[in-house]
Amino acid sequence: MAHPVQRQAEIVELSPVGAYHRLVLRAEGIAGRVLPGHFAALAVDRADGSLLLRRPFFVHRADPAEDTIEVVFAEVGAGTRALARQRVGDLVDVVAPLGTAFPVPTGPASALMVAGGYGSVPLFGLADRITEQGGSVGFILGAASADRLFGVEQARALTPDVLVTTEDGGYGIRGQVTLPLTEAMRAIEARVVYASGPTAMLRAVAEVCANEEVRCFTAVEQTMACGVGVCMSCVLPVVGEDGVSRLVRSCVDGPCFDGSRVRWKDFGTVPPDLEGAAAMGGH
Amino acid sequence: MSAADPTVFVQTGSIEEPPDAEAVDLTAPFGGGTLPNPVTTAAGCAGYGRELAKFLPLAELGSITTKTITAQPRAGRATPRVAETPSGLLSGVGLQGSGIEHFVEAELPWLAERGARVLVSLAGESVEEFAACARALNGQPGVVGLELNLSYPNADNQGLVFASNPATSHDVVQAVREVADPELPVYAKLAPDVTSVTDVAKACVRAGADGLSMINTLPGVVIDTDTLRPRLAPSGGTVVGGLSGPAIKPVAVRCVYEVHAAMRAGECATVPILGMGGIRTGLDALEFVLAGASGVAVGTAIFNDPTAPLRVLDELREALAARGFARLTDAVGLAHHQN
Ligand SMILES: Cc1cc2nc3c(=O)[nH]c(=O)nc-3n(C[C@H](O)[C@H](O)[C@H](O)COP(=O)(O)OP(=O)(O)OC[C@H]3O[C@@H](n4cnc5c(N)ncnc54)[C@H](O)[C@@H]3O)c2cc1C
Ligand SMILES: Cc1cc2nc3c(=O)[nH]c(=O)nc-3n(C[C@H](O)[C@H](O)[C@H](O)COP(=O)(O)O)c2cc1C
Ligand code: FES
Repeated sequence: MAHPVQRQAEIVELSPVGAYHRLVLRAEGIAGRVLPGHFAALAVDRADGSLLLRRPFFVHRADPAEDTIEVVFAEVGAGTRALARQRVGDLVDVVAPLGTAFPVPTGPASALMVAGGYGSVPLFGLADRITEQGGSVGFILGAASADRLFGVEQARALTPDVLVTTEDGGYGIRGQVTLPLTEAMRAIEARVVYASGPTAMLRAVAEVCANEEVRCFTAVEQTMACGVGVCMSCVLPVVGEDGVSRLVRSCVDGPCFDGSRVRWKDFGTVPPDLEGAAAMGGH
Repeated sequence: MSAADPTVFVQTGSIEEPPDAEAVDLTAPFGGGTLPNPVTTAAGCAGYGRELAKFLPLAELGSITTKTITAQPRAGRATPRVAETPSGLLSGVGLQGSGIEHFVEAELPWLAERGARVLVSLAGESVEEFAACARALNGQPGVVGLELNLSYPNADNQGLVFASNPATSHDVVQAVREVADPELPVYAKLAPDVTSVTDVAKACVRAGADGLSMINTLPGVVIDTDTLRPRLAPSGGTVVGGLSGPAIKPVAVRCVYEVHAAMRAGECATVPILGMGGIRTGLDALEFVLAGASGVAVGTAIFNDPTAPLRVLDELREALAARGFARLTDAVGLAHHQN
């Protein structure tokens, strides 16, 4: 996993992108440690404020030369609202980088990036890595509506193989990312699929990949209290190397997981064959 | 004042030396002995220490309290397990863990190598299970004490937690005290949601507890007004979680205050109190000390700031110095003094 540090980061940019906010933070010693799929945990309230939990966000870009990292976030509740009200020059308490990044193929490979909404945020740094290694990438970017898409232009700058889906049909193909998925995988002869977005989407993508026998890595979003691995709130059922299923921490062992090892159907439950399930008996 | 006024004003009195925080003696009573300083982590809020070690040297804390360890591995509760509340957190992790054997083999040696002083939190669904876990820790490196998490359902008493009742609390403490290494202090961790926390405290001390930890979380429910359902996943038939964080601090200070008062009144033998519940700053910790705690644990605040335990220690040291205390122990229970 990553080697996180805690810093008071200065906001050097905060601007709208579509339905989202782009936040660029400057802090020493973070950017150089970031790998694609890592996330940052941002304090959203004052040190004596009432919102205690940090909010996790994928790192979109990391620039070691400038000591900056960039996150892109949707305003959905009190924490992200508070973050959006900050000004350039304000300080934000950041812990980053966190989590286990996406595994990257060692040689040139064709990869398909599949994202829902802001889920595309961590996929561009990853796409860069893959192309740097002589590989190629394609994208399927989906969202409920056009303003909730993120990074369509960035994707087009990297590759001609970009498909866009919107559920309301306002832009691109009407429907969800899984609609053109199989065809797109075959068209670019994808050896691996990287998916990031809502859990239901990840599950659907993982199922298609299983049918097509293509490797699939997913970035999951689970509610987190600490983000650093101490509280056990962010767990999901994963089949281990030893074949035993356990509830593992998505903030440390994830958020990037091999999609074929995640027990998608069992999210939010404690299936009886899980290690330690027997002890849960009545409580 | 006219320009012709000849009056000259001067500063009188001595300029005081700024208090030297480094000089404050933070040695903290712990069981029958002491620890180098009063700050520990609250059980379940620092895992087994590995992750926190990336943010602070564990050996600089008075001790590190592990999450509660049981005899067998526990999968824990379903997710979501947490919901943020105003200045608080509702959580129901369900004591997920790999069991005592794994802890002794894989976690404890790592902690001991780093010089951490480990307060091991234990639980079981029977008196025997508590005792078995305690026995497994005898002679192990790094362990400085045992903390009994009495907020654990008692299989022999309709699943009511041990802490709900002075008699069941007494039995657990007594059984553990009998089998545990006599050198190791045994702390009983009390729950706040009881008729009289003092009665439970007295029973535990009578049974041989060398210290009292208080408080555990307060039971609560949060309902999501969009989904119209509780925020914590139903698990094992409950959606109740434990409330922690600054929101519960006055309740925790009250519990420490009441039990310390009973000790001062001679109703209960005096043992050190480890205070916790919403500690976020050195001044929060000082409140607990003034109420009667000689140690403090930082829990939920770690989720907000992973360096919180060390920061609280530094701030407490400065707060004591600023108030002219040469020793931590001089401040313990001071709020009870009549003048
Ligand atoms: C690994 C990871 C990466 C993420 N990356 C991004 C990103 O790049 N851009 C982005 O816009 N959002 C991202 N999210 C989701 C983001 O963390 C939440 O939208 C945010 O925490 C909401 O906070 P709030 O106070 O505004 O909302 P509220 O709904 O008021 O939050 C209440 C609580 O629920 C938690 N919560 C709410 N929604 C989510 C969610 N979707 N996932 C996890 N916890 C949630 C909050 O952290 C908070 O503790 C990511 C989540 C995770 C786990
Ligand atoms: C996520 C979480 C997990 C906890 N796990 C345990 C535990 O395993 N054993 C225990 O005795 N207390 C546990 N507690 C309670 C804390 O140790 C502490 O008593 C309580 O949270 C009050 O302190 P705080 O407000 O500083 O967190 C847990 C609390 C939280 C928030
Ligand atoms: S969020 Fe605390 S362990 Fe993952």
